[in-house]
Amino acid sequence: MKKHVMLRLGKYLLQYKWFVMLVAVLSIASNLLNLVGPMLSGYAVDAVKPGQGAVDFGTVFYYAAWMAGLYAGASLLTYLLTAVMLHITRKVVYAMRRDVFARLMELPAGYFDTRQVGDIISRISYDIDTVNTSLSSDLITLLSSAITVIGSFVMMLLISPVLVLVFVVTVPASLLLTKKLTGITRPLFRARSRELGELNGFIEEKMTGQKTLKAYGQEENTIGKFQEKNTEAVNAYYHADYMGSMVGPSVNLINNISLTLVTVFGSLQYLKGAISLGNISSFVLYSRKFSGPINEAANIISDFQSALAAAERIFRLLDEAPEKPDLPEAEILQEAQGDVDIKDVSFGYTPDKEILHHVSLHAPRGKLVAIVGPTGAGKTTLINLLMRFYDVNQGEIRVDGREIRSLTRDSLRRSYAMVLQDTWLFYGTIAENISYGSETASREDVVRAAKAARIHDYIMSLPKGYDTILSDDGTNISKGQKQMLTIARAMLLDAHMLILDEATSNVDTRTELQIQEAMRNLMRDKTCFVIAHRLSTIRNADLILVVRDGDIIEMGTHESLLEKKGFYHQLYRAQFE
Amino acid sequence: MRRIMYYVKPYMGGMLIGLVIKVLATLCELFLPRALAYIVDEVIPRRSVGQVLAWGGVMLLASLLAWRGNIVANRRASKVARDATESIRLDLFTKISYLSSRQAEGFTMPSLISRATTDTYNIHQMLGMMQRLGVRAPIMLLGGVIITLTMDPVLTLTLVAMMPFIAVMIWQVTKRGVPMYRKVQEAADRFVRQVREAVTGIRVIKALSRTEYEKKKFAAINEEVVVKDQKAGMVMSLMNPLMNLLLNLGLVLVILIGAWRVNEGLSSPGTIIAFLSYVTLILNAILFLSRMFMIYSKASASAARVTEILDAPEDLTRQETAEDGRSCGNSRQDGNLPQIVFDHVSFSYSGGSPDVWEICFELEKGETLGIIGGTGAGKSTLIQLMMRFYDVTEGRILLEGKDIRSWDKQELRKKFGAAFQNDVIFEDSIAENISFGRNLSREEILEAVHLAQADTFVQEKGLDAKLAIKGADLSGGQKQRLLIARALAGKPDILVLDDSSSALDYRTDARLRQAIAGHFSETTKIIVAQRVSSILNADLILVMDGGRVIAKGRHEELLKNCEIYREISRSQMEVSE
Repeated sequence: MKKHVMLRLGKYLLQYKWFVMLVAVLSIASNLLNLVGPMLSGYAVDAVKPGQGAVDFGTVFYYAAWMAGLYAGASLLTYLLTAVMLHITRKVVYAMRRDVFARLMELPAGYFDTRQVGDIISRISYDIDTVNTSLSSDLITLLSSAITVIGSFVMMLLISPVLVLVFVVTVPASLLLTKKLTGITRPLFRARSRELGELNGFIEEKMTGQKTLKAYGQEENTIGKFQEKNTEAVNAYYHADYMGSMVGPSVNLINNISLTLVTVFGSLQYLKGAISLGNISSFVLYSRKFSGPINEAANIISDFQSALAAAERIFRLLDEAPEKPDLPEAEILQEAQGDVDIKDVSFGYTPDKEILHHVSLHAPRGKLVAIVGPTGAGKTTLINLLMRFYDVNQGEIRVDGREIRSLTRDSLRRSYAMVLQDTWLFYGTIAENISYGSETASREDVVRAAKAARIHDYIMSLPKGYDTILSDDGTNISKGQKQMLTIARAMLLDAHMLILDEATSNVDTRTELQIQEAMRNLMRDKTCFVIAHRLSTIRNADLILVVRDGDIIEMGTHESLLEKKGFYHQLYRAQFE
Repeated sequence: MRRIMYYVKPYMGGMLIGLVIKVLATLCELFLPRALAYIVDEVIPRRSVGQVLAWGGVMLLASLLAWRGNIVANRRASKVARDATESIRLDLFTKISYLSSRQAEGFTMPSLISRATTDTYNIHQMLGMMQRLGVRAPIMLLGGVIITLTMDPVLTLTLVAMMPFIAVMIWQVTKRGVPMYRKVQEAADRFVRQVREAVTGIRVIKALSRTEYEKKKFAAINEEVVVKDQKAGMVMSLMNPLMNLLLNLGLVLVILIGAWRVNEGLSSPGTIIAFLSYVTLILNAILFLSRMFMIYSKASASAARVTEILDAPEDLTRQETAEDGRSCGNSRQDGNLPQIVFDHVSFSYSGGSPDVWEICFELEKGETLGIIGGTGAGKSTLIQLMMRFYDVTEGRILLEGKDIRSWDKQELRKKFGAAFQNDVIFEDSIAENISFGRNLSREEILEAVHLAQADTFVQEKGLDAKLAIKGADLSGGQKQRLLIARALAGKPDILVLDDSSSALDYRTDARLRQAIAGHFSETTKIIVAQRVSSILNADLILVMDGGRVIAKGRHEELLKNCEIYREISRSQMEVSE
C-alpha cells in the first residue's frame, strides 16, 4: 500500500516534470554555491598573513567581493527554488482537490448516507494540506540531502576505503531501524488521520443540529461526548508523535556511534601507521557531512509518514467505486415523451433486505400517477429507481420503450423535473437558486416562475429582492418558503416527466390552493409521479397506487378505490377522524 | 496568541523540565566533537590503545545519553502540545455550543467548523514544533555567541551588528505574512462551505445533472485557496534566504574587519578560522529560527481566529427585569398564573422591519395552542422566541409569571420538549436519539415510541439499531415520528410540535393526536400545523399572516369570524363533501 501511495503521489508530481527538473537543477546549483563559499573564505583568510602590516588587502577585498556576490546568488537561487516548489505544490494540491471533488460528484448518492460530511471535508482540506506541507518542505530537504550524501560518500571512499567499512555496519543499521520504526509508526499516523476525520465529522454533525441540542439543554452532554472524541484525537496525534519522535534521535544515535567507531578505528589505524592524522580529521569532517543530511532526513520522516497516511485516505476516497459508468452504447434520451413502464421490479438497498417486491406499473405519457401508502412503504425508493440513483436488482424500467440502463444517466435525469421534500438551497442569490438547473433562464423567466410558485411577493419584500443572498442552510427562510423556491426551480425545467415527493408538505393549504393552478400548468402534458399524504392533492390522479410493505396492494382511480372500501378507503377516512 | 499561551502556562513546569533535559542532551551531543579533538590531539600521541578505547567508551556513553534525553524531551513536548490543544479545543467547542443563534449565524457555520478543526490543528502543530526546534536553536545561538565573545569581542560585535537588520526583516515579513494566512483561512471557510453544500445536495445536483457546474464552481474556490496560500508562502519564504544573506554578509564583514585587526596586530588568522566555523553553527541555529517563524505565522493567524470566538461576548444573558408590563387583557380572575404569556411581542431577525408584530396571548397549563397561517407568516419564529433562541425586540414573554430573560436558560429549555421543522437525527442508536442524553429508562423510551406511533418500524429495526447519518435510512414520516418520540419522551411541561407531522399520513396523524390528547393532559401543547385537523380541538388558535396574529379563538369562533381561517379550513375539508 505504501509503495502504491508513493507511486500515485509521484504521478501527480510528474505532471509537472519540467518544474521538478528545475527544482533539481536549482537545488544542486544552490548547494554548490553554498559549498564554494567556505572555499573562498579559505582563500581570503590565506591572504591574511600574520603580523602587523602583512595583510594583502587587495586579495582579501577581491575574495570578499566574490563571496558577497556568491552569497547573494545563493540566496536568490534558494528563493527561486522555494518559489518553484510552491508553484508545483499549488498545482498538485489543486489537482488533488479537483480529483477528489470530481469523484465526490460521481459517487452514488448512497455513499453519503454512511459518511459524515465533516469527515469528507477533513479529507479534502486537512489531509490534502498535510500532503502539501510535506511536499513543499520535505522534498527539497530530501533532494539536497541526497546530493550531499553522495558527494561525501565519494570523498570518504577516496580517503580511506577501510574506514568506510564502518558505514557498512552503521548505514544498514540505520536503514533497518528506520524501516522498523516506520513499520510501527505507520498505523499510528493512520489512526491519527482517521481520528481527526472522525472529530471533524462529529463537530459538523453537532453544529448542524445546534438548535435541537440547545432545545434539549444538551450542550453539556455534547461537550462531554466531544471531550471523548477530542481526547481520542489528541491522543492519536500524541501516540504518533511519541513513536515518531524516536526516529530522529535514534538515527542520530547510530550516527554518533559511527563517529565514535570512526574515531577509535581511525586512531588504531593511525597507530598502525595506515593513515595520517590529517586523513582522520578530513574523514571525520566528511562523515559529519554524510550523516548530517541523513539525520535531517530521519527527522522529517515523521512528517513524511503523516503525509503518507493522509495521502492514503485521499486515495481511498478516490478509489471508491463511482456510479457504474454508462454503457458504451448508451444512448442519449432526447425529447422524452414520458411513457414510463415498470416491469416486475424488485429492489433492496442491501442484499439481505428487499424493499420492493415485484412491482409493475405503466404510466402512459401525460398521466398523473399518485403513490400513496403508510410512511416507510417504499414510495421514495421507487423514485430513487426511476431517477437511477440506484439500479434495480431485478426487472426493468423503460422510458419511451427504452430500458433506462441503456440510456445515459445524465440525459435520463434531465428528462425529469423533481421537487423533493428535503429542499436544498445553496449559498447564492435567490435568482441563482431558482435558475439552478436551467442555465439559459433569463431574469424574466425566473420572475415568472417565482410568481407562478407564489413566492414572488415574499422575495420582493426582502430589501434586495432577487439578489438577496441565501446564507448557510437558509436559516431564516421557513421550510414552506424553501419548498416554494424549489417548485419555482422545477418550473423552469423543460422536462416531460415530473416527480413530486411531498413537494408541498410544508406549504400551508391555502397557499397550496393558490399555487395549484401553477402546479397544474407545471404538470400539464407531463407524466407525473406524485407522493403526497394530503389526499386532496392526488384526488385527480389518473392512477393511484397504494403501496404497503413494498407491494402494490391496490391500484385504480380515486372513485374506484373508494368504492372498493379497501386500504385506500381506510387511509382516506382517517383524514377526518 | 497571548490567549493561546495562557493555555500552555499550566504546563510550564513540565515544559521547563523537558527543556533542561533537552539542553543536557544537546550538550552531550556537542561534547562528541570535543572528545574527538581531544583524542586526536592528546590521546593518540600517547600511543595507548587502552586509552583510545576508554575514550571511545565515553563517546558511546554520551551518544546514548543524548539519544535518551532527546527522546524523553521530545515526548514531553508532544505531551504538553497534546494537553494544551485538548483544552483549547474543548474550550472552543464549549464556547461554540453556548453561542447564541444570532452569533453562530454571524460567524457562519463553515467558519465555525473550520475554526474548531483546521485552526486547532495548526495550533497543535505549532505547539509541538516550537518546543522541539525552539530549544536547540537558541542553545546553539547563545552557545555560539558566548564562545565567539571569549575569542574576539570585536568580531562578535560585528556579527551582533547584523542582528537588528535580521530583527527588522523578521518583523516586516511576519507583519505581512500573518494577515495573508488569515486570508487563506477565510478562503478555506468558503471552500468548506462549497464542499459541504455539494455533499448535502448531491441528490438534487445529480437530478438536475449539474455535476459539471458544481465542479466548475469548486474549481474557482479551489484556485482561490491555492493561489492565496501560494502568495502567503512567497512572502514567508523570503525570510530564509534573506536571513542567510544577511548572516553571510556579516561573515564577509568579519573577514574584512578581521583582516584589518590582524594587520594592526590585534588578532591572528587562526582566530578568524575558528571564528568562521562557529559562525556556521550560529547560522544553522538562525535557519531553524526562521522555520519556526513560518510555522508561528500560520498558527498565529489561526490563533487569532480561535481567540475571536473565545472572546465573543456572552449573548442572551440572564437579566433581572421589571415585573410590570402591559397586560394582554382577558386575564383570568381565578388567581392562577397563566403558563405562557406573550405580551406585545415584536421581533426582527435583521434589525430592520419586524418579522413578527405585537403578538399577544395567554395560555393556561394543560391547554393546547394551535398556530396556523401561511408560509412565512412567522409561526416558527414564535417558537424560537419562546425558547429564547433569540431575544424579543419589544414586549416580553412570561413563563409561569416570570420574564423568560430572567430564567436560567437551561432551566427554561428543560420545560420544553420540541420537534422542529428542520430537526436533526444524529448518527446514533434509535434509543439514544430519543433519550438524547437525558438518561431515560428503557420503559420511558418505549412508551414514547408507542405514543409517537413509531412501534412498527422501531421494532423492526430494533431500539439499539444504529441509524445512518442524518437518518438517511429512514423515510420522511419515520424521521418525524422519531423526532416526536424525542419530544414526548422527557414528559415535558410544554410540548412543541412545529409542523412536525407533515409527512405522516392522516391515519397515523390522527392516532398520534389521540395519543397526545390522552396521555399529556397536564402538558401545555403548542402545535404549529398546516392541517386544520391537527389543531381542531385546540383551546386557542392563532391565525397568523405576514407576522401578525390576525385572529385568535377556538375553531368554531374562527370559522364564524375569520375569513382566512374559513378559507384554509375549506381548502382542506372540501374533499370530504
